[in-house]
Amino acid sequence: MTAWRGLTLFAGDAVLVASKDLRIEWRARTALGQVLPFAVLVLVLFGFALDANRPALRLATPGLLWMTVLFATVVAVQRSVAVESTDGARRMLLLSGMAPAAAFAGKAAAVAVQLLIVEVLLVPGVVLLYDAEIESLPLVVATCVAATVGLATAGSLLGAVVAGVRAHQTVLPILLLPVSAPVLIAATRAFADGFGTVAVDGWSWVGLLAGFAAVNAVLGAVVYGLLLEDT
Amino acid sequence: MTAVRLRDAVVLLGGFPALAGVDLEVERGEVVLVRGPNGAGKSTLLHLCAGLLRLSEVHGDVLGCDLGDDRAAVRRRVGLLGHDTALYGELTAAENLQVWARASRVDEADVLGALERLGLPQRLRDVHTDRLSAGQRRRVALAAIMVRRPELWLLDEPHAGLDSEGREIVDSVVSAAAAAGAAVVLASHETGPAGDLATRTVTMAGGTLAEGLGP
Repeated sequence: MTAWRGLTLFAGDAVLVASKDLRIEWRARTALGQVLPFAVLVLVLFGFALDANRPALRLATPGLLWMTVLFATVVAVQRSVAVESTDGARRMLLLSGMAPAAAFAGKAAAVAVQLLIVEVLLVPGVVLLYDAEIESLPLVVATCVAATVGLATAGSLLGAVVAGVRAHQTVLPILLLPVSAPVLIAATRAFADGFGTVAVDGWSWVGLLAGFAAVNAVLGAVVYGLLLEDT
Repeated sequence: MTAVRLRDAVVLLGGFPALAGVDLEVERGEVVLVRGPNGAGKSTLLHLCAGLLRLSEVHGDVLGCDLGDDRAAVRRRVGLLGHDTALYGELTAAENLQVWARASRVDEADVLGALERLGLPQRLRDVHTDRLSAGQRRRVALAAIMVRRPELWLLDEPHAGLDSEGREIVDSVVSAAAAAGAAVVLASHETGPAGDLATRTVTMAGGTLAEGLGP
């Protein structure tokens, strides 16, 4: 098999898994139906709480936004795990013969798409609600992409780790939130630069986010097959 | 040609010997019924033959692939109907089969034919499978196996939840698969309808076969 043929098959399998998960999510509307109202509510409530202190609100904007995205990640990954564990559905992934790395890429891509939808709605939300101003749109976009890939890959990897655990819904946040701390810190710093609230080099933080995403993507691609078998 | 060859197969699940030294051979074209009470190890045996479990002591091959080193190759060539259906509830019957077909790299054109063969009415093909009855879901799961054209069929209680028409259809599909050269292993805790289908019956108890090496 040529490398090109292998790459085409890999991409086809990843797209198949991602489109399956997104179609299921679109019909169930669990993640987006719960996450979006929750996220908007958090932003509005923080807006009320800190409205008297607009400078503080603007300073806190990046952190509040990424905390909300982090919570959204937990819900999206929990759904992603549930899709495969209900009625033994993950057997399709095992018996089909598709490369586990492709299945991992598809699962992570589906989570990433959901998170990007949340971010696309949240960023204009904070601009409107908190009077935040975007000073560098390319930096904000690059941060969203790198952080989302990092959260989706780390989340999908940990989702596979806890899939066989009886209390996986409670174990997942306990593992995912600390592991995602570097994303929260780096994305908040990069956004602070992008919003012009703090004078830092945002692009160096984007580099850190890209590194985090790359490490988790490689790790997930390597170990996903083993995790799938053991759950 | 031998499809399944197990010698003193041992599988430990959480330290418990679910299979405690099983010897079994199944030839292509054979339909073997594995009988036994609940907890005898029948489902474990099927999952082992599907390449989904590790042998604690590696003495076996399925379809010529070693169960120690080459379980991934085994999985591509077998069809397993377990107690669960391995269907995605929010997808329709046709969509589930399309996903199975694309993932297994087989012809999607067989999807509608398989649903028809399993007697799933046209009006139910676009219904989410979590809204189908247990028997209908079982038919869809069997259609998903049929689409993949496996060389080894592993069916755990294949008649469970099916009406008499469904049982007849399952029997006919299984017979056709065996006639086409596939090996079939059925597991059931009762002799009933599965017994009529089998060309050979072996009995399991306590993780071992009471009888069973060779036809």
